[in-house]
Amino acid sequence: MEHRENPTQAGEVILEVRDLHLEFHDHDRPEVAVEDFDLELHRGEIVGIVGESGSGKSMTALAIAGLLSRHALERRGQILFDGQDLLRCPRSTLRHYQGDEISIVFQEPMTSLDPLQRIGRQVEEPLRIHRKELSAQQRRELALRTMDAVGLPEPEKVYRMYPHELSGGMRQRVMIAAATISRPQILIADEPTTALDVTIQAQIIALLRKINEDDGTAIIFISHDLSLVRQLCHRVVVMRKGLIVETGPAEEVFGNPQADYTKMLVDAIPKVVL
Amino acid sequence: MRYVLKKTVTTLATLLVVSVVLFASFQLISGDPATRMLGTGATPERLEALRAQLGLNDPLPVQYVRWLVSYLHGDPGISYVYKQPVSTLLASKIPVTLALALLSFALMCAIGLPVGLYTAKHAGSALDHAVLVLNQVIMAIPPFFSGILISWVFGMMLRLFSPGGYVPYTRSVAGFLGYLVYPAIAIALPRAAQLSKLLRGSILEEAGKDYTRTAYSRGNDTNGVLYGHILKNALLPTLTFLGMSLANMLAGSLVVERVFNIPGISNTLLASIGNRDYPVVLATVMWIAVFVIVSNLVVDILYRALDPRVDVE
Amino acid sequence: MAGTRRSLRQTIDRLPSPQVFWAGFAIMAAVVALVLVGLVWMPYKPTAMSADRLQGISAAHWLGTDKMGRDILSRVMYGSRVTLMVALGTMAIGAGTGVLVGAVTGFYGGLLDEVVMRVMDGLFAFPNVLLALVFVSLFGSSTMHVMWALGIAFIPSFTRVVRSEYVRIKHLDYVKNARLQGASDARVIFVHMLPNVRGVLLSNVMIGFNNAVLAEAGLSFLGIGSQPPYASLGQMISEAQEIFFRVPTAVLGPGIVIVAMVLGFSLMGEGIRPATQSLD
Repeated sequence: MEHRENPTQAGEVILEVRDLHLEFHDHDRPEVAVEDFDLELHRGEIVGIVGESGSGKSMTALAIAGLLSRHALERRGQILFDGQDLLRCPRSTLRHYQGDEISIVFQEPMTSLDPLQRIGRQVEEPLRIHRKELSAQQRRELALRTMDAVGLPEPEKVYRMYPHELSGGMRQRVMIAAATISRPQILIADEPTTALDVTIQAQIIALLRKINEDDGTAIIFISHDLSLVRQLCHRVVVMRKGLIVETGPAEEVFGNPQADYTKMLVDAIPKVVL
Repeated sequence: MRYVLKKTVTTLATLLVVSVVLFASFQLISGDPATRMLGTGATPERLEALRAQLGLNDPLPVQYVRWLVSYLHGDPGISYVYKQPVSTLLASKIPVTLALALLSFALMCAIGLPVGLYTAKHAGSALDHAVLVLNQVIMAIPPFFSGILISWVFGMMLRLFSPGGYVPYTRSVAGFLGYLVYPAIAIALPRAAQLSKLLRGSILEEAGKDYTRTAYSRGNDTNGVLYGHILKNALLPTLTFLGMSLANMLAGSLVVERVFNIPGISNTLLASIGNRDYPVVLATVMWIAVFVIVSNLVVDILYRALDPRVDVE
Repeated sequence: MAGTRRSLRQTIDRLPSPQVFWAGFAIMAAVVALVLVGLVWMPYKPTAMSADRLQGISAAHWLGTDKMGRDILSRVMYGSRVTLMVALGTMAIGAGTGVLVGAVTGFYGGLLDEVVMRVMDGLFAFPNVLLALVFVSLFGSSTMHVMWALGIAFIPSFTRVVRSEYVRIKHLDYVKNARLQGASDARVIFVHMLPNVRGVLLSNVMIGFNNAVLAEAGLSFLGIGSQPPYASLGQMISEAQEIFFRVPTAVLGPGIVIVAMVLGFSLMGEGIRPATQSLD
């Protein structure tokens, strides 16, 4: 396993989550999804958030991406980015960052693309919204270059294809291309490999690392799979039932877990992968 | 292109099957046309002469082919009752019915689509709830009933048009359309209500899908998500409805022509059914079948143009 | 008995929108009451003419009289019965045949399925009023013929939903088990699988009934089906169009009953459907 430089000390803090508290109110009894969540994300860093389903990790990701549904949800705390609190700023401010400075890749590549739109158009969409000064030709060139960078073979051809003509792994690369075309500061990857085959998983992980190294994009990697987090991340946050159980540099958390829950998770990692 | 060709061939095959079935049913049921035309008092010689003249002594398949060929040449036979070519009887009426059906269709889209879009966008608002209730009521009103109410309100009370004062298109196209608008509203309203309800539901369903969240994550505002992504997806399910509506509008025209005294095919068809004037009935029904089946073909091709996934199967 | 009634009541109260359901139920109950009362008592014989022509609303004639002096309320009561019966008969023919054909074609599949479904597609493309017109022109115009014609016109929609449901569930474990345990095909199709199509059948009946009411009314407006002097709602409206000014109830009476029948049933259907969410 290669050695990874932890850039924590090097980069400045670009995103700060303070006391995040999310509570559903769409049932008879309020349901706490996330409680007392804190996070500091440095420039160029990869942070993993791990936990089983229902631990609140995906809700946290959606909150940072500004995609929480507006209804039946009580939110407290702060998500600070670029001097703004993303939890409270007007929606137009949020939209200004979405897809430009903060991008997200979802778990389900099969359904996350618009089935009726050509791939090229979808990859270019953030540019159409945020870089209105670019010409169609410039957008196209940038899209093709980004598609090539994420490992899509024959970008010219894929550019004109529809989602249903691509495999799951290819569609996830398309999602990543669209998420990175505007060179965002933060890429949130919400279980991006869960729906994919193991071999494809490894390719996607390698791709995320390459994006991080080449562009200095900070990545928040959400997963229930500790072995993947261990391969990729500099720092780890372990969540359970909405609460942070343990947090620290990846080597420390995996090498010397403090919380019982983390120990259990680490013990459960299949040794072959190591 | 291959798709269009394939669909066109199957459509022609369907039309052929329909024409065989219709021709055979009417032949089996209609008895002896010669007796019908000359009456029971005619001499056997005259009957025989007419049968020979009409080719009734030939086997059925031969008669069918002859009928089909002449139908394709625009000459679907001779009316038993009026003793004149069916084409002469229908020529001036089909355009009227067609115009009414198409105008109704246009009105249905012009009302149903914007209302559906608006109520989906403002789902849960007071206006949305009001439209939901109103839709439900409008769907329950048959066009001939609303037609009478419309001619009463707009014709008698507001004097916007004179009920029964149909203007032939040969005299004034504007006057013709101006008169047809009122029956067209009666025909279009219930379908427009259905369309808006369908589109609203379809949009809201698409709004819950993953690609919608993706669209928001790229910085789209609600309009960008709605018009850039959701709308096209949401229109697909309504396309089938639109196709069936064309046929439905035609049926609606038959009923509503009565209310507004419009000289379309309705009176001719119903009188012919009452008189058992089979050549007229057969020709009219066949014409309607062509209209219905061809409009289905158009919808299939449109669907294919909108949805790339149809190719795969 | 009280127990089952309460549980039915509870089921309804747990529906997505019970108020809508009850509103529809109330409207439908009023229409059915009108028909039921008409079975045992009507103010006048619906075909009886009198010298009191074109009367407005009065104590003697609650909805007035038509141009032949016939009592409109009595004719509405009679006509509602005809329309309701035709609609129910249509649903029975359409659903009965549709379930049978859909179950068999869906269960066995193959060439039979292919052929039958193509025929159904062809039938389905035609508006039911037009099919009924062809049928009536072939076999003659009577209430029974209209019912059969509409019934046949409704077969494809039932066949389609039942067939697709059978295709979907025939590979489920419980169906396979039943077959392994030696149940005959007929038993599997009608005893084991049939209860599963209740849901789609119900929603299809909800839509179909309304279309049947509207189709019957439209046909009788055109003078097809029930023949004069017997009353039917559509025909009453057709005859009353010219006297609308003098006796509005002659048009409004039968018209409102048609609207109430369709509205009542559709509201009951709406109450059962799940509520919708919002755009963002």
